[in-house]
Order: sequence, then C-alpha cells, then structure tokens
Amino acid sequence: MNGMARQRDAGADTDIPGFVEFCHDLPTHRGRMSCPAKSFAGAIAATLLLGACSGELSTLDPAGPAASRIATLWWVMLGGAFVILLGVMGTAIYALRSAAKERNFSTRKVLIGWGLAFPIATLLALMAVSFLPGELLPRSPEENAIRAQAHQWFWTFDYPGGERTIDVLHVPAGEEFAIAITSEDVIHSFWIPRLGGKIDAVPGKVNHIRLKADRPGRYLATCAEYCGIGHAHMRFEALAHRPEDYAAALTAATDRAAARAPVLEQRDAPAALVIEEWGDYLLDWLGIT
Amino acid sequence: MSEERHNKALEFHSELDPLYSPPKTRFGFLAATNHSVIGIRFMATAIGFFLIGGILAMLIRAQLAGPNTQFLDPGQYSQVFTMHGTVMMFLFAIPLIEGFALYMLPKLLGARDLAFPRLSAFGYWCYLSGGLILLAALLFGVAPDSGWFMYTPLSSKPYSPGINADVWLLGVTVVEVSAACAAIEFMATVLKVRTGGMALSKMPILAWYLWATSAMMLVGFPPLILGSIMLEVERAFGLPFFDPDKGGDPLLWQHLFWLFGHPEVYIIFLPGAGIVSTILPVFARRPLVGYNWIVAALIAQAFISFGLWVHHMFTTGIPDLSLAFFSAASLLVVVPTAIQIFSWLTTLLKGRPDLSLPMLWIYGFFFIFVTGGLTGVMVAIVPFDWQVHDTHFVVAHLHYVLVGGFVFPVLAGIYHWMPLFTGRRSDKGLGVLAFWLVFIGFNLTFFIMHLTGLLGMPRRVYTYAEGLGWELPNLVSSIGGFMSAVGFGLVLIDVLVQWRFAPFVHRNPWKAGTLEWGMATPIPSYNFASLAHVESRDPLHDDPDLPACLAAGEGYLAGHRGDYRDTLGVDGVTGEPEQIILLPPPSYLPLLTALPLVGVALCFLFSFYVGSVILAVVVLFMALRWLWETGLREDPAPIEAGFGRTLLPHPAVEQAPGWWGMIFTLVFDATFFASLLFGYIFLWTIAPNWPPPRFLEPAPILALLTLASLGLGGFAASRAVAANRQERESSRSSWLLLAAASGVAATFGLLAVPIWLAPPPTEHAYSAAVLMLSAYGAFHTGLSTVGSLFVLARCRRGFVSPLRSLDVRNASLFWSYSAVSGAIIVAVIHLMPLVGAA
Repeated sequence: MNGMARQRDAGADTDIPGFVEFCHDLPTHRGRMSCPAKSFAGAIAATLLLGACSGELSTLDPAGPAASRIATLWWVMLGGAFVILLGVMGTAIYALRSAAKERNFSTRKVLIGWGLAFPIATLLALMAVSFLPGELLPRSPEENAIRAQAHQWFWTFDYPGGERTIDVLHVPAGEEFAIAITSEDVIHSFWIPRLGGKIDAVPGKVNHIRLKADRPGRYLATCAEYCGIGHAHMRFEALAHRPEDYAAALTAATDRAAARAPVLEQRDAPAALVIEEWGDYLLDWLGIT
Repeated sequence: MSEERHNKALEFHSELDPLYSPPKTRFGFLAATNHSVIGIRFMATAIGFFLIGGILAMLIRAQLAGPNTQFLDPGQYSQVFTMHGTVMMFLFAIPLIEGFALYMLPKLLGARDLAFPRLSAFGYWCYLSGGLILLAALLFGVAPDSGWFMYTPLSSKPYSPGINADVWLLGVTVVEVSAACAAIEFMATVLKVRTGGMALSKMPILAWYLWATSAMMLVGFPPLILGSIMLEVERAFGLPFFDPDKGGDPLLWQHLFWLFGHPEVYIIFLPGAGIVSTILPVFARRPLVGYNWIVAALIAQAFISFGLWVHHMFTTGIPDLSLAFFSAASLLVVVPTAIQIFSWLTTLLKGRPDLSLPMLWIYGFFFIFVTGGLTGVMVAIVPFDWQVHDTHFVVAHLHYVLVGGFVFPVLAGIYHWMPLFTGRRSDKGLGVLAFWLVFIGFNLTFFIMHLTGLLGMPRRVYTYAEGLGWELPNLVSSIGGFMSAVGFGLVLIDVLVQWRFAPFVHRNPWKAGTLEWGMATPIPSYNFASLAHVESRDPLHDDPDLPACLAAGEGYLAGHRGDYRDTLGVDGVTGEPEQIILLPPPSYLPLLTALPLVGVALCFLFSFYVGSVILAVVVLFMALRWLWETGLREDPAPIEAGFGRTLLPHPAVEQAPGWWGMIFTLVFDATFFASLLFGYIFLWTIAPNWPPPRFLEPAPILALLTLASLGLGGFAASRAVAANRQERESSRSSWLLLAAASGVAATFGLLAVPIWLAPPPTEHAYSAAVLMLSAYGAFHTGLSTVGSLFVLARCRRGFVSPLRSLDVRNASLFWSYSAVSGAIIVAVIHLMPLVGAA
C-alpha cells in the first residue's frame, strides 16, 4: 500500500487548534446513529445494519444537511422498491402455484391501473420530493468561494484570503461554504460523501457546489471520475473547524503546505510480469520487435 | 403426413438444399450469405467474446477480492476494466442481438432470407475483424485503457499518448459498421420481406421488438460513429474538438457518447424483452395479453430512450432546468416498462404456467430486471444520483439491468430455441443446477455491491485501503462472481451435451404458435419449401398441419423457379403479396469489400494515411463491383407465385427492398449529419474560448456558385428519372452527365472553403468544425458524382428501363439528400461567421 500511497500526512494536522477535540467526536457519530430500539434483538440488528453503514466515505453516515436528506431519500426509496419487488415476484410465483385456476379479470383494467396509473403516481411523488426546495443545491457562482483545482492526481485549494493548501480542504463547521471547482488536465470529481453529492471537475469549466458540515471533524473525499492510473489514490480530506478557530487553522495549514507535487510510484505486480512476458514472446514469435 | 406429401417434401428438400447452402468448394464457406449460417456465426463469435469478457470480469473480481491486492497493476487494471465493458457492450451484446435477429427474423416472418443477404455477410466480416483488432491489442498489452466510455480529455493525445485509444476508436467503429448494416437490413426486412397475409397486426411480437430495436440502432449509432471520428482526427491531426484551450469541449464527447449510449441500453433490453414476450406465453399456455399495448409501449420506449442521455451527466454541472427535464424523462421511461411487466404478469395469471427450464430463466429475469429497474428509478432522482454516480452502486445497477434484461432472457431463448438448431429435445437436469449457480452467484456479486457503492467506493479503482468497510462486501462479490462463472461454464457444457446427445424430437416440442416452429428440425437451409399464407399471429395453432403442407409445397413460391434463390415481398402494412424478391447467390464480394475497409482502419491505426486513402478507393471500387451484380438486364415477365397469384420480380417493382434500403441508409446518414450540426452549435454556444481568433473570409460568390451546382445536380438527377420514365434514353444520359458535372463543381465549391478560405483547422475548434462539415458535404457530392456516372454505365449496359427504374431512382434520391445537406452546410459555413462577427 505504502508504495503507491501519496504524501499525505494527516498526522501533521493534529496540531491544528481544535482538532484534538473533534477527534473525540469521531467515534460518537456512530453512537448517534443507533436508534432507540426497545428489544435486544432489534438493537443488535440495528447496530449491525448501521455499523455496516458507517465509514469514512459512507453516504449512509451523513454529517451535513445535503447528505442527510439524500440518505433519508435512499431509505424511503429502498423501502418502496422492496415492496414493489415483493409484489411483482409474489404475483409471478402465485401464478405458478395456482396454475390450474381460471381467472377472467379485465386485462385492460390491470394495464391502466398498474401499467399506467401506478407508476405515474409513484414517480410524480418521487419527482416532487426530489425537487423540493433545498434538494437541488444552489450552484451559482459565489464571490468568496474556495477555488478547488483538480490535477492528476491531487487537489489544490485556493482560499479567498490568498491561502493555498494541497489535498487538505479547510472549512468552517456549522456554516455553508462554497467551492468553485475546475480541473487543470482531465475530468475528475469532487466528492465528500458524508457531506453531500459530487460534482465533476471539468477542464475549461467551473462548477459550483455549496456544502455544510454540521460539526467539526475530518471528512474524507475521493475522486469518483476515472482519471488515469492514479485514480484509486486520488483522495483529499476536508477538515471542518469551529468557526472561531477557522482563520487560525487556515493560516497554520498554509504555512505548512509546501508546494510539493505528490509523486506516483509505479510498481510491478506479478501478473503484470507474466502478461508482459507473454506479450514479448508473442511479438518475438511473429517477428515484430 | 401422407405418403404422397412425404415424398413431395423430400423432393423439394433435395432440390432446394443445395441451392441455399454455401458452395461446397474448399473456401466456399467464405462466400456464405445464407442468414442461418451468418446468424450462427454472429452468435457463436459473440459468445466467444462473452467468455473473454467474462474472464476479464474474473480478473477484476480477483483484484478487488481483498484490500491492497497486488494482482494487477493500475495500468493493466485499467485495460482490463475498459476491455470488459467494451467487449461486453460492443463485441457481445450488440452482435449477439444482430446474430439472433439475422437467424430468427426470416423464420418468424415466414421468409427464406433477409432483404440483403450479402450485407449480412459483409457485416459479419466487419464485426469479426473489428473484434480481432481489439483482441490483438489486449494480447499485445496496448488495449484501450480510458474506460469503455472513453471520456476526453483522458482519451485525448496528451493524456493517452499510446495507440490504446486509437485501437478503441477504430476497432469499435469497424464493428459499428456491422451494426449500421444490420439496422438497415432489418428495417427493410421487417417492412417488406414477410410471408403472404402477415399484416403488421399479425406479426409475431418478437418481430415488432426487433424492428423497434433496429430503428433505435439506425439513429443511435451515428452519434457514436461521429464522436469516434472526431476524436480520432483530433488525436491524429490535432483538430481540437474536445480541447477546451482551443474552443473545444470535453463535454461534447459525453453528449455524443450518451446520445448513443443510452439508447444502447434499450437496444440491448428490447430484444431481451421480446424474447420474454415470445417465450412466456408458450409456457403459460396462453396467447400474450395486451399485444397492442406492448407494441405501443415499445414504440414509446424507443422514442423516450433518445431523451434520456443527459442522466449520465447529472454531475457535470449542467443547468437545473436540464436536470429536471432529463430526470422526468428518465422516470417517464418506467411507464412503458411497467406496461410490459404487467402484461407478462397478467399472461401468467390467466394462463397455466409451467416452470420448465426456459421459464426458470424468465423468472430469474423478473427478479433481476425488476431490481435493476427499481435502482434505475433511484439513480434518475438527481440528488441521489449525485451521491451514487460513478460508484459501485451504479456498477451494480447496470449489471442488474443488462444481465437481467438481456443475458437471462437470452439464456431462456437458447433453451427454448435449441431444438430448432439441434433437432433434439432440450431437457432440465444440469441446466437447473447451472441456473441456480448463475442466479445465486449473480445476486451475491451485485446485490451487496449496491452497499459497496453507498459506502463510497468509486468505480474503476484498482485497489482500496482497509478500514472503509469495503473489505467484506468486495469479498462477497468476488465469491459470487466466481460462482456465476462456474454456472455459465455449466450452461456451456449443458448446451454442448444436449447438442450432441439429447434425444431427437418431433418439430414444435413446446407447441408454440409462431412460424419458426413450422420448419423441419434441425432447420433446413432454405427454411420453408413453400411460404405460408397466414391469417393470425399464431398460424401453427390455427392449423397444426401447416408445417407438413408447407414442406410439401402447398404454399407460396413452392420449390424454385430457376437457378436462383427467392422469397416473397409484401405490402408493408397489409402483408398482401407484392413482389418476388430475387436473392443473390453466395458471393466472395462481402469479404473482399470488408477486407480493404478493415485495411483503411489498420493503416490509420499505424498512421499510414496514404495507405488508408488508397484502400478507401479500393472499398469504393468493390462496392460498385458489388452493386453492378444487382438487377436484371431485361424486363421480366410476371411469375406464378402460388394461390393463383402472379407477381413481378423485385427489380421491376416500385417498392423494391433496395428502395427502402436507400431510405433507411439516408435516415442513418441524416442522423449522423444532425449530430454533426448539434456538435457545431454546441461548441459555438457552450464551449469555452469562443469566439475563435478569426472567422472564414467572406466569399458570397463561391457560396452562391456552390448552392447553384448543388441545386442543379439534384434537379438533373430527378430529370433523369423522369426521362427514364418517358423512355427518352439520350435525354436520360444527358441529365445524368449534367448531374455528374454539377457534382464535381459542388465538391470543388465545398472543399475550397477549408483549403483556401478558412483558418487552419488545428487553430481552433471553429475551423476544425468547418473542415468537418465541408468534408461531409464534399463526400456526399463526390459520391453523388460517382453514383451518377455509375448509373449512366448501368443504363448503357441495359440494366435500366422504364420498368426497371431502381438505379436512377436511388441515384436521384441520394442526390437530393446531398443537395439538401450540402445547402445546409453552405448556409451554416458562410452565414454563421456573419452572425458571430455581428
């Protein structure tokens, strides 16, 4: 792992004012999610389920309003989908079980009711919920946005005050922040799953997103759009500071951020060698060099 | 079957079989054009590629089984996942559909072959060669590696300097030539090449599905082919269509790709749904309910599927209004799907369903496809898509849709139609075990992958660190993956075993009603010794004796009328017999035309552009040679066609298949042109760094002269048709000559712009687009010129008469298209700079 791991010393960030405090917050967000189940078995099931949902990049472990709304939407849609799937499969299996039965209901009514009315009603409701005010993030340009620029395979962040950090995004907790995103080379994607949805970093274009972290903490981000061989390791972290500590944290971080371009180390895997050998052998055999 | 009938059937068989089989010479198989032969080749090759794609999938699952695996390095991994997608989409799914339609359509429609048998063979050679190019690249370690949708600028020269991306662009384009040929051929076939009495309303539902699929292929593939050409010329010659620094836009590629890519999903799903609609009623022992509803639904689906492409681009930062529109359209497409699902459920409820092996796969389809559809609704919801886009959630969703909507029905189809191929009974046994392995393995792999995606695992990462909760779901997915691989292996073994050893069976073992079961099994090369007259959708249910009657020659066109193959052509709507379609004999021309075409691509791949140009001329020559063989040199007499009807052979008929072939070709061409105009306007209005540093020098006189020659050419060609109708041969020749001369002038007028007037094409996307538009126009006027001269030569040789007018009519139709598209190009090129400057 270390062979490919990029220079990212999160450890060095622990001396940012306020960080130690919110490190203690980290385990508690899991606790917060466990629901007050009454029965012991229910509690175990809930813990297992929610335990499986937590994670530093988990969209189901939201830490901001946008991600929360989407996570809720997911659980609702999952429930609905489950009911529909059960209905369809139940009907199909019931037809098999009761094959001998004569049935003479109206095909027309079934198709109008279930084929037309049911999906249209369900989908209209879903549409309405998804476009409720506040669901679509305001994505208009913003004067004091943080400018995020993607590169193969790291991020630079330029703040309104002229500060610059690499692969660490400093934001205030508890208030919305705006990011203007673009790319220097290929298309990447800006995504902090616990805070909200992603948006692409497209060369020649500036995209805008507004996010909010409810509480101070460290939120991991990963590139989602395939951007070349370093894609898997293109990560950054967003550090949300208490508003009163934000300015100091940003200054401290900028001082530390030497403009070091992360280096990607190539590494040969065993299967690589085998395939390469076979390729050479084949080329030799065909007389191509 | 009475003794007398039996003897007659044998007699017909011994006469027809040699006539419809490929030549028995050593290399005769290369000349085969028979649709069953070509169809099986297509399907067998596609299944070969499926196995390769499957092995690549297993490499992916091996790599991701645990965290920090060092099995493949990131470079190889990127080739593996790119090729897995490319192989499965372009070399497995689409060709399998083409092969299936090639094989099944004439049988379903009660005909002896498709409209253009040599085109089927040509398509196969293109497919095989394009596939081999991609495969060779994989073996040599230079396979495409930018993801199967090849997003620019990652696939552009600066970020993909090797030939990997060129392999994709050229290889896939060669394969797409076969898709284009197939689409044109199927469109014309379903419209014209049916058996007597088969009105549109009496067509088997599968023919409707395959027709809708072909229509979508016809308009779905041009944007991809255009995008590939634009990206390839950007890579080869530096025309900056996708380079934002020079007025290009990487998002243009995404638009063109998904304009193709989304319909593609339905192109893959519709044949699967068609198989379900065909098989399910057979095993439910009840005709399909809601036939008209389903036809309406699938036409709606075909239309709506062209309005969804932006839902692949919800995270690219497009305006909210577009998001809402495309989200709504994506949800709307659920409605026709729901209608089909509830028709199937109603058929099951009203019938007496029996869980035989094909039905087992259909029940598997229900579960997997409905799940995929439901997650599809989820990802159509914009905010949710922002979270799961480009994660493993989407990987899970698309596998549910494609494997559920296509692979499962195909397997049902294989088990259902196997008795046709083999003449043997297809049994349960090993097949049931194989089904459960595939079904459970598939769900193990992909069900939990939704969670993997929700836990934040992006697509296309070659490895992952511990501690993010991804270890367990990935391990489960890998175990499931190997399980379904074993299942697919068992299916293959099962099919081979049944092909060789299952007991022989009488025809129509499932008691189906459609015409494909009206043939002897294994099916003979000529399909039917005589063609049925049908009066319902299930002719075999009306008259179980029909197969014996047909074999004994008691239908249309019994036996043969000379040393040639033929089949019936009908009125497109009513199914009234209208003409006798003369089918070409086996021919090496398809191969000899495909080879230089592949050569063009290969020369381009290795930057040997002179070679490409020379071989392109060879392709043109071979195509003309091919066309020269069509038609008749004398006016034919009407021929006895059975049931007291006499019909003319197709060269003497207005609505010959070739006329429709030209129309569908032009629909394809017009979609290509529309995509090109869309690209130009998109760049002009949306791309960064516009306006360009300089525009074209104004040249009103050149513009007017070009317009005049375009108009004159189109007019002269249409006058040639009129002169031919009025038997004025010398005037016909003069008009054709004038058309050719105008073609030369128009070509010159169009080419003059990029050569002398426009800024160099590498300077800015503007000048690159001007070059592209001019080249498109000049290509068409050039071809019109060649066409006019070619038809003139055909006239001289007696291929054309007032009765046999197809040559001149087609030439004139093509000229009209060239003139109209050319005029639009002249207007766009010469007028838009005035707008831009103002």
